[in-house]
Amino acid sequence: MMSGILVISEHRNGELRPVSRELVGAAVALKDATGEPLRVAVIGEAPERYVAELKLAGVDEVLTVQAVVDAFDPEIYEASVRALIEARQPSLVLLAHSVDSLGYAAPLAVKNGYGFATDVFGIERDADGWVATRAGYGQKVNIEVDFPGRSVVVLTVRPGAYKPVETFGEPSVSAVPAPAVTPRSQHLGFEEPAGGDDVNIPGAEFIVSIGRGVGEEDNVEEFKELADSVGATLGCSRPIADAGWLPKARQVGQSGKTAAACKLYVAMGISGSVQHMAGMKHVETIVAVNTDPEASIFTIARYGIVGDIFDIGRELRNHF
Amino acid sequence: MKILVPIKQVATLDEDFEFREDGRDIDPDFLIHDLNEWDNYTLEEAMRLKEGPGGEGIEVVVATVGPESADEELRKCLAKGADRALRVWSDALEDADAIGVARVLAALARRESPDLIFAGVQATDHACGATGMALAGLLDLPHAAVVAALDYTPGSNSATVRRELEGGSYASVRIDCPAVLTLQLGINTPRYASLRGIKQAAQRPIEVLDAEALGVTADALGAAGSASRVRRMYVPEKGRAQMIEGTPAEQAARLAQIIKEFGGAA
Ligand SMILES: Cc1cc2nc3c(=O)[nH]c(=O)nc-3n(C[C@H](O)[C@H](O)[C@H](O)COP(=O)(O)OP(=O)(O)OC[C@H]3O[C@@H](n4cnc5c(N)ncnc54)[C@H](O)[C@@H]3O)c2cc1C
Ligand SMILES: Nc1ncnc2c1ncn2[C@@H]1O[C@H](COP(=O)(O)O)[C@@H](O)[C@H]1O
Repeated sequence: MMSGILVISEHRNGELRPVSRELVGAAVALKDATGEPLRVAVIGEAPERYVAELKLAGVDEVLTVQAVVDAFDPEIYEASVRALIEARQPSLVLLAHSVDSLGYAAPLAVKNGYGFATDVFGIERDADGWVATRAGYGQKVNIEVDFPGRSVVVLTVRPGAYKPVETFGEPSVSAVPAPAVTPRSQHLGFEEPAGGDDVNIPGAEFIVSIGRGVGEEDNVEEFKELADSVGATLGCSRPIADAGWLPKARQVGQSGKTAAACKLYVAMGISGSVQHMAGMKHVETIVAVNTDPEASIFTIARYGIVGDIFDIGRELRNHF
Repeated sequence: MKILVPIKQVATLDEDFEFREDGRDIDPDFLIHDLNEWDNYTLEEAMRLKEGPGGEGIEVVVATVGPESADEELRKCLAKGADRALRVWSDALEDADAIGVARVLAALARRESPDLIFAGVQATDHACGATGMALAGLLDLPHAAVVAALDYTPGSNSATVRRELEGGSYASVRIDCPAVLTLQLGINTPRYASLRGIKQAAQRPIEVLDAEALGVTADALGAAGSASRVRRMYVPEKGRAQMIEGTPAEQAARLAQIIKEFGGAA
């Protein structure tokens, strides 16, 4: 009988990634509900260095797996997590829905016949086993999935969906033998984001941000002027930066900047993808302007305007 | 050499949509179809290699697992220069999740033996981010996800890729080929189809196969080959947005007030 919850932590460049503590947060709640033991694993060249930080309250055991390199490799992670599952027989394995797990979670699940769902933000257990909730159709609906006949379920958990555990406990620590892997890829190095523009999205208190709703490059200028006239920093969603209409330094979101100091964020023509929201959903006052009344950005905004950004923009300028 | 580009026909919701009778999906009458945004980039990357140095012999094959309506997306790819298009379908695939789809793509890939496979990082509808890498697992090929730059010389037995990480940094990785990569938005600038291309694509053949003919057995097909099962689909409770009603002038006046209050408080 498989039992227990196994959390796989993440680190990069020698730092534990904060999402690891969120996964523990999700797992502690499930441990309280089900009584299953909770284990946290770390895979790395010198995994011991992360152990102290992972001795979090609620964790019963910290597991280490030694790897030949410290940087992420999908085949080393896949084999290590498989070895961990075989060693401890958990019924539930939680990974972050992160760039690294995008590279190995699905191969792990598919090769072993595990139950599997990604980007989940709700987890429960009922008579049929584990049940997970994720979103669909551009975040407009929720989807509840289960895993009939699967004794192990692997879920990737949405960053930001659970509160991190910040207090410490006294779990035991064990090493799980490293599986033999011959990786077919090789980490060459990290590169930091390119600079470019001198704009400071993380430091800006007031951001007007434009998304694909601007339609074409020629329209960007009028929103630059709008941002200037209202005293805001101009930000954007990813398609605007990808198209080269604004520099990457202005992109808000998971692969761009976090609007860390922002108190007022006006999202114009932005649908509200998870990755965009990762950079701004914490902002106290969000105003969303969108022609689509069902746009998911309205679920996190304080104020919503169903309308055309060009109409609203032009009218707004009359007040400044 | 051959590059396989699996593409997905995605669906967005019509303004007033209804659920299917069993409550496990949307009534198909209320779905609007399109080509997954990421697949414009994967096709472009394949075309970029084909049109680049040493690419003369490259065949670009686009493939989808989907019903007849998905032919439209394959034709968009043919119009942009793909050499060949394939579609696989069986009714049982209605109930397939990303893993179930990957099993069919794996059977197809075994038949086609491509040198590279480019899938999208995720799809705009359900954002699973699983199909491409599950395919790599099934084929036991080297793989890398969220690739934002690719350096590959046709015929070479390795490639250098730049994985895009959180916060906009990157990791460079050398990877053995054949390989499966999921490509990220912005890796290139996708082309538009020419009018002539669109006209010609309408006449081009699409090879249609059923999954069984590819050797996908009943125990791996559709629900049986999936790693999850949808129980129900529902509209989540709306968040806290307070809607500002009125004419655009009235809405903008209220927004101006919010901005000015913020300015006063700052
Ligand atoms: C690994 C990964 C990392 C990513 N990182 C980021 C990131 O850092 N930042 C980011 O933004 N995205 C990121 N993305 C992409 C993300 O998934 C979405 O594709 C993107 O956020 C969509 O941008 P958008 O909202 O501007 O466009 P869309 O989703 O196309 O939305 C456009 C919106 O504009 C509305 N609209 C259209 N015309 C008008 C008009 N005239 N007036 C008002 N409204 C209008 C539409 O109703 C729609 O809601 C990432 C994706 C992945 C997989
Ligand atoms: N039905 C399908 N047919 C072909 N390829 C698909 C299909 N579904 C997903 N994909 C591939 O997987 C990517 C999206 O991944 P996912 O988010 O897992 O659906 C797409 O860009 C395609 O490359």
